[in-house]
Amino acid sequence: MKFYIKKLITLIITLLFVSFITFFAFQVIPGDSAVAKLGMDATEEQLFELRESMGLNDPMFVRYGRFLKNAITGDFGTSTQYNVSVGSLISERLPVTAWLAALSVLFMVVISLPLGLLCARKENGFLDRFLTFLSQTFMAVPPFFLGIIITLIFGIVLKWFIPGKFIPISQDFGGFLSYMVFPAFAVSIPKVAMLTKFLKTSLLRELSFDYVRTARSKGLKKKQIMTKHVLKNALIPVITFFGMLIADALAGSIVVEQVFNLPGMGRMLVTAIANRDFSVVSAAVLYIAGIVIIINFIVDMTYQKVDPRVRIS
Amino acid sequence: MGKQKNRLNFIVGISLVSFALLLVIVGIFYTPYDPNEMNVLAKNQAPSLSHLFGTDYMGRDILSRVMEGAFTTFFVGIATVIIGATIGSILGAVTGYFGGIVDEILMRINDAVASFPSILLALVFVSILGTGKYNVILALGILFIPSFARVIRSEFIIQKEMDYVKSASLLGASHIRIIFLHIFPNTKAILRSAITIGFNNAVLAEAGMSYLSLGVQPPDASLGRMLSESQTYLFGAPWMALAPGLMIVITVLGFSLLNEGGAWHE
Repeated sequence: MKFYIKKLITLIITLLFVSFITFFAFQVIPGDSAVAKLGMDATEEQLFELRESMGLNDPMFVRYGRFLKNAITGDFGTSTQYNVSVGSLISERLPVTAWLAALSVLFMVVISLPLGLLCARKENGFLDRFLTFLSQTFMAVPPFFLGIIITLIFGIVLKWFIPGKFIPISQDFGGFLSYMVFPAFAVSIPKVAMLTKFLKTSLLRELSFDYVRTARSKGLKKKQIMTKHVLKNALIPVITFFGMLIADALAGSIVVEQVFNLPGMGRMLVTAIANRDFSVVSAAVLYIAGIVIIINFIVDMTYQKVDPRVRIS
Repeated sequence: MGKQKNRLNFIVGISLVSFALLLVIVGIFYTPYDPNEMNVLAKNQAPSLSHLFGTDYMGRDILSRVMEGAFTTFFVGIATVIIGATIGSILGAVTGYFGGIVDEILMRINDAVASFPSILLALVFVSILGTGKYNVILALGILFIPSFARVIRSEFIIQKEMDYVKSASLLGASHIRIIFLHIFPNTKAILRSAITIGFNNAVLAEAGMSYLSLGVQPPDASLGRMLSESQTYLFGAPWMALAPGLMIVITVLGFSLLNEGGAWHE
């Protein structure tokens, strides 16, 4: 119980810290939303009046409190470039990024799990060395370059999809997913390499333990030991890796959305930065960071559930 | 077996790095064409003898632009690592050596920063500071401080318990002397490895940011930006994407193979 409370407090402090940094970061920029609204020609008095009515003249902590309250209720103000509420912008774009990231993580796991098992079964065999080589190469490929290559091969040469096309979720869910598959590959392949390597190391460490020999001497087949005993234990350290993978998948999505022209959070963030639309930028950052932090919290909780040793140390 | 593999890693790694470095260094003094010279008559040309990597949509020679872009990439990578490694090592050394409440606070901040996707923080930085080569370096340099601090800190925690540190302290060496003259030289191997990984991450991050048009700005050539420009012409002129993309892959792969091959751990 004490463990949970400690973790929960850490979670809240981290979220507060992140929200404060996000808030503070956009306070340092010269020019505020009053200037943005009235333009450069506005007189000092007009600016002062607008600032007063927008509450921009209040002390910083009062403004931070308001920012926090608004963030919790999901009110992030209005976007200056689209002139709609930031909340509605996000609710439109978040699902795209969420699906892309989820699909990418799914691919990472589904591809690297069998690969890791294969590599561990015969260390330094041909397959192991070949996969190590492949994974090292793919780690060096930036996701957006991989995206461009995928577009070139599957979109332009093989014509499996139309580059730049996007099917909205509400219109046709199946079509939407089929158009997410390619970007998800671009996000996940560079990470598959890392995960496979990690899994292999973890499996090999487990295989060296005595219980494997015991299981073997009582007559269990190698395959049984691998799937029934070793894999289960080897997956425990992988769980901690999971939070990082999701963060990576989200980060990859930010860039890859641009390659495949997907209207997600990443594209929104990038155009907002280019247009200096700061209410959108801070909301997007807060959302993405918040999701990462909460997922890491869940991962921590799961980890200690699976491996009670963590609670003690 | 393992030794052989390391040797292979080393040979391939050193070849790739040498190739990349050669292009960069030659590019400082000589490029086949002016990287920014447009030529309407030679738009979107496939690779040929006169243009080894072909030309882009404005008729600029891609090889020359890759050479210049790779220089920017190396410049940003090295500068970022210098900022991150210097400040990070000092922070890591001091916190690891002394421990205590400052260490605790810095490590918490470290954890918070580390749990973020780094490109997200880099984008926040440039949205505040503005884009351009130097702001990218500043943003990435600051962002990379925690990773260096973490590595050096954990090494210091191990080393400070060792006998040579205790005897140095008994001989009356000051803390500063112990930190910088006794322990620091022993973190060299680990620091080299961290620098290689940091350089690679900086190269990838710069490319990503420039690809999003939020990194290095024209007239500075940049591999990431070349990639984003290439996308419109992917159908007719795929070489526009391949040359800068492969240049990034060669650089990053080369350095990571060198690192794996144990080139640094002598």
